Amino acid sequence: MSSIRTTGPVRELRDRFGFWRRSYAMMAKEFIQLRRDRVSFAMIVAIPVMQLLLFGYAINTTPHHLPSAVLLQEDSDLARSVLKALENTAYFHFVYEVHDVDEFDNLLKSGKVLFGVEIPRGFERAVRRGDKPALLVAADATDPVAASSALGSLGMIVQTALQHDLYIGDPPALPFEIRAHARYNPAAESRLNIVPGLVGTILTMTMLIFTALSVTREIERGTMESLLSMPIKPVEVMIGKIVPYILVGFIQAFLIVNIGAFLFGVPVLGNLLLLAVLSTLFIAANLAIGYTFSTIAQNQLQAIQMSFMFFLPSILLSGFMFPFAGMPAWAQYVGECLPLTHYIRIVRAIMLKGATMPNLRFDTLALAALMLAAMTIAVTRFRRTLD
Amino acid sequence: MNADNQIAIDVKGLTKSFGGREVVHDLSMQVKRGSIYGFLGPNGSGKTTTIRILCGLLTPDSGVGTCLGYDILRDAEKIKRKVGYMTQRFSLYQDLSVRENLEFVARLYGLADARGAARDMIKRLGLSGREEQLAGELSGGWKQRLALGACTLPNPELLLLDEPTAGVDPKARRDFWNEIHALAADGLTVLVSTHYMDEAERCHEIAYIAYGHLLAHGTVDEVIAKSALTTYTVTGELNGLAGQLAGKPGIDMVAPFGTSLHVSGRDVAALEASIAPWRGKADLHWQKSAPSLEDVFIELMGRSKDNFQ
Repeated sequence: MSSIRTTGPVRELRDRFGFWRRSYAMMAKEFIQLRRDRVSFAMIVAIPVMQLLLFGYAINTTPHHLPSAVLLQEDSDLARSVLKALENTAYFHFVYEVHDVDEFDNLLKSGKVLFGVEIPRGFERAVRRGDKPALLVAADATDPVAASSALGSLGMIVQTALQHDLYIGDPPALPFEIRAHARYNPAAESRLNIVPGLVGTILTMTMLIFTALSVTREIERGTMESLLSMPIKPVEVMIGKIVPYILVGFIQAFLIVNIGAFLFGVPVLGNLLLLAVLSTLFIAANLAIGYTFSTIAQNQLQAIQMSFMFFLPSILLSGFMFPFAGMPAWAQYVGECLPLTHYIRIVRAIMLKGATMPNLRFDTLALAALMLAAMTIAVTRFRRTLD
Repeated sequence: MNADNQIAIDVKGLTKSFGGREVVHDLSMQVKRGSIYGFLGPNGSGKTTTIRILCGLLTPDSGVGTCLGYDILRDAEKIKRKVGYMTQRFSLYQDLSVRENLEFVARLYGLADARGAARDMIKRLGLSGREEQLAGELSGGWKQRLALGACTLPNPELLLLDEPTAGVDPKARRDFWNEIHALAADGLTVLVSTHYMDEAERCHEIAYIAYGHLLAHGTVDEVIAKSALTTYTVTGELNGLAGQLAGKPGIDMVAPFGTSLHVSGRDVAALEASIAPWRGKADLHWQKSAPSLEDVFIELMGRSKDNFQ
């Protein structure tokens, strides 16, 4: 600064620019520290890119090709035409063909399909006789957003598509009736969808942070050196650090479910004990992942940044905010690797659909597998020495 | 008793590098059971690294050895059970109370009665009445006593103390050393690193390490004798004398000690020739004396700097 002017009262000039000089010194220091902190630097690029890609490509609020099942009680040309027409709307994608009502209900309950179309016995004959039979389209309305546009398309499109197959010339009226049945959430109330999802989201957020800081804190406070010199094994450290927070998470889950039930009137149709057991599994899985971050991160800031990078896709790709079935395949694969995806299915199924263990086998196994994978990484990553 | 039982630490050729910088170089040492072994050397000389290798916190790049008869490379877990390590920086939990910290340590080592062991240790440390105080709120001297208590709690056979008395007042320092001597009298082996010469003189044996190299070891008298250093102590009108003497042939070191000046060298003849012009001066009093341990170490330090930097 003083080189700006070579003559004159230099000292006075310095004082006048003191504010800027000191601010500059502080800025220069911050830049140097930022440059050294590679993880922060990566976050500057990764967060906006990740957000944009996820929002831009993965999220679709009018999802198409939704997994559907058909309960085929009659295998007729007309039945095939109806199914074809439904697929032509691009909303329905038939992945299961069943012949039994229980099987049909289970597919909806477990969340394997979002729609079920029931073609009743004697359908074609009834149509030809002009009896106007009913064709049932059952929708899993726990996520109203995913179901609504497909349901809205039903009336019009089936009518027009079938005209060409059945009649020559204009039909007098719709030859059969479509009865849409929005199951589990008939009034399409979004809080019925959001409250169970929030149980999982809140637990993910809090549980990750609890354990993500646990190892880095010991390192930063210097207590790790002492701990490592004592006879304790990495698995023992991990169990000791995870178990207390399972209780904390359990209290949290209990609070959210109760507030949801009493304040927002969200029903709990399924077994509370099953919900408690699977919630504990989910809590443990998140704690294990947070703990894994803790063994990888160099300091507490990095551990928090890692948790954040994990939390963001959890919210966007788990089916919490946007319909899971509407995402492209790659995003669904990513989503399947997140505990929240499986837990949201579990918690919605138990609370809103009254699902039981057999319906939830896949998601339970997935949660357990993710937890064990995280724990294995954590135990192998845990540094037994200061090398 | 065979020879193994007489030796607590026996290591050969320990080498450890960090990021291409060799911190410990070909270090060999033996520590007898029941002795207090002082580990001296300037900052960054590799003392802490050596101690961490001994208790299994670091793996040496090369070298072999045993600690309490266990292989330092293979039996780290067994060594940890029998060694108490007091870190340079206070490393107990600041947000746990004195009692809680001690009980935690007792449980980790699987003591049958953790509460009882913690209670006895609190009494022994003179911390009765403070057991519920948070460790972080203790003064420096008390923290250090607590840390010593924590690492002696599981009845180890070897104590590794890394600069335990740094930043502690002289009274607490003396109490601490009395405690260490009491422990050694009970058969415990103690390896302690320090910067203080008076503490070095309270050790049975000492080793001097600089830039990762072990430069001297033995009893205090042996180390002084081996240095072959001759020291003259000058008192009187010392104005500018240090500057005039420094660098003269035979004078390896000139160090002011209060109102006197220590002039030392390894070559007696050359030293005496160089100081001859000043020896006759009436206002100066020259006395040939045995070098102090500090003289020896400062001379070693100066020499090693020439060799390794």
